[in-house]
Amino acid sequence: MLTGLSVHELGARFRRKEATPTQAARAYLDRISALDPKVKAYMTVTADRALAQAAAADARFQSGAPLGLLDGIPFGLKDVLCTRGIRTTCSSKILETFVPPYDATVVAKLLAAGAVILGKLNMDEFAMGSSTENSAFFTTRNPWDLARVPGGSSGGAAAAVAADLAAATLGTDTGGSIRQPAAFCGNVGLKPTYGRVSRYGLIAFASSLDQVGPFGKDVRDAALVLQAIAGHDPMDSTSVDVAVPDYAAELEGGVRGLRIGIPAEYFIEGLDPEVEAAVRAAIETLRGRGAETQSVSLPHTEYGLAAYYVIAPAEASSNLARYDGVKYGLRVPGARDLIDMYSRTRGAGFGAEVKRRVMLGTYALSAGYYDAYYGQALKVRTLVQRDFQRAFERVDIIVAPTTPGVAFKMGEREDPLQMYLNDVFTIPVNLAGLPGVSIPAGFTQTGLPIGLQIIGKAFDEATVLRAARAYEAVTAWHERKPELTP
Amino acid sequence: MGAPKITLAEVEQVARLARLALTDTEKEKMRRELDGILTYIDKLRALDTEGVPPTSRAVPTTNVMREDELKPSFPREDMLANAPDRAGELFRVPKIIEE
Repeated sequence: MLTGLSVHELGARFRRKEATPTQAARAYLDRISALDPKVKAYMTVTADRALAQAAAADARFQSGAPLGLLDGIPFGLKDVLCTRGIRTTCSSKILETFVPPYDATVVAKLLAAGAVILGKLNMDEFAMGSSTENSAFFTTRNPWDLARVPGGSSGGAAAAVAADLAAATLGTDTGGSIRQPAAFCGNVGLKPTYGRVSRYGLIAFASSLDQVGPFGKDVRDAALVLQAIAGHDPMDSTSVDVAVPDYAAELEGGVRGLRIGIPAEYFIEGLDPEVEAAVRAAIETLRGRGAETQSVSLPHTEYGLAAYYVIAPAEASSNLARYDGVKYGLRVPGARDLIDMYSRTRGAGFGAEVKRRVMLGTYALSAGYYDAYYGQALKVRTLVQRDFQRAFERVDIIVAPTTPGVAFKMGEREDPLQMYLNDVFTIPVNLAGLPGVSIPAGFTQTGLPIGLQIIGKAFDEATVLRAARAYEAVTAWHERKPELTP
Repeated sequence: MGAPKITLAEVEQVARLARLALTDTEKEKMRRELDGILTYIDKLRALDTEGVPPTSRAVPTTNVMREDELKPSFPREDMLANAPDRAGELFRVPKIIEE
């Protein structure tokens, strides 16, 4: 089945003329029709466009001039990335009818590489959440157990790859929103270094933390997609002008002599024993391949979460000020005056979690609280960053669990703080701006995926991916598929 | 139980600043939830940050400049296409100036 193949396997079939992009696009669209009513990964399916893009790719292969390794590959995009002429909702009522007039840079880059866009994927509203339960429209299901959440906020993007509803997808990660759902859905999810990938056209949540990255069925796919989207963009002044290496070329380099740090602070009370056992076994596997391990200390880990829940809401309260019912999006009619129009539009257009964070951020930035909350959080961010700098003086990568537990049941976590605690191992990486990947590292007795997190130095995605591939090469977790029937 | 970190009056004031219309039920729920989150966040105060500089972004960039070249902007019709209420080439909003 074409839908079961990785990006690189599917591309190889196209090049060998054993399949065409149109056949692949049709296979994915058929599978979406059959299974997405159960998984609910897609907000919008763009079948006609996808088939037109696939036909164009067919012609390029027929004339012997494909655009590259992504030509004709069917992708899904988290609905936070602007797509010209295609509704982009952020899974929010306030943007329910919004049709962007331009493509995000990452989308433009994929299209330029010949990618076929199947549609837009569900998420927690404005990327705020860890389960997609905060989507204003519906909750995406975990393909391994439809009663459980896929994680979030890029839950649709993770579930689509796990259920073979796209060959690969793009998500975004502000506090773990790629790595956590990748762990919950059992696939590869990469958050690149802050500045490695352009944020132009990514609808902003917390601008100093947001980053776009790929979900793939294996590590090579993540590397191929990163290759296509990485690089400096004049339209995003925070994207950094550093050379982008050939990620695929370095992938099979192995881990012999690689120094791996194991952070004591990530093996704490509350860590699921099955997750801990899988991660410790993965570390042994890497040692068996010649890596050297040592313990490192990241002493401010427990403060990272608290700092994040000041910084991210503060930035969100400012970024989301633009939703005022004037230029685009929802407007609630019948207002007394302009301020009343703003307040009623935002009150009706935002869901509970978005309101909570806008309130928290506004509070933390307001007179009298600014220094105690926001100022202090920015200083703690420095301490978190220094922890990593010190550790990376002695090691090349850090290996840890992606999440304290596995996918939980829908409706199980009602208290917002309990939900936030889910992100304790992913958030420090965002605060420090580092690259991190989650890869499949086993399953619980009940058959739920477990994620292994590999964290690297800034702009050293190549080493992160190489270590991930070294583990994947001697394990078969990534080959396991959930059983799904229409 | 200690004193609440945030009162209902403060919730109302912050909601005004954030331009968020909240129902009475939402306000009380918001107060309770923010109280819990702020109590958790208070652990930040336990850290001595004397002399620690703030980090506002992980990869520092300052004064990113470009050439001041004339370039076309988005077509006006594209920019107005998503407007919830428009009058010709203008965004229409409720009256803000008294006659």
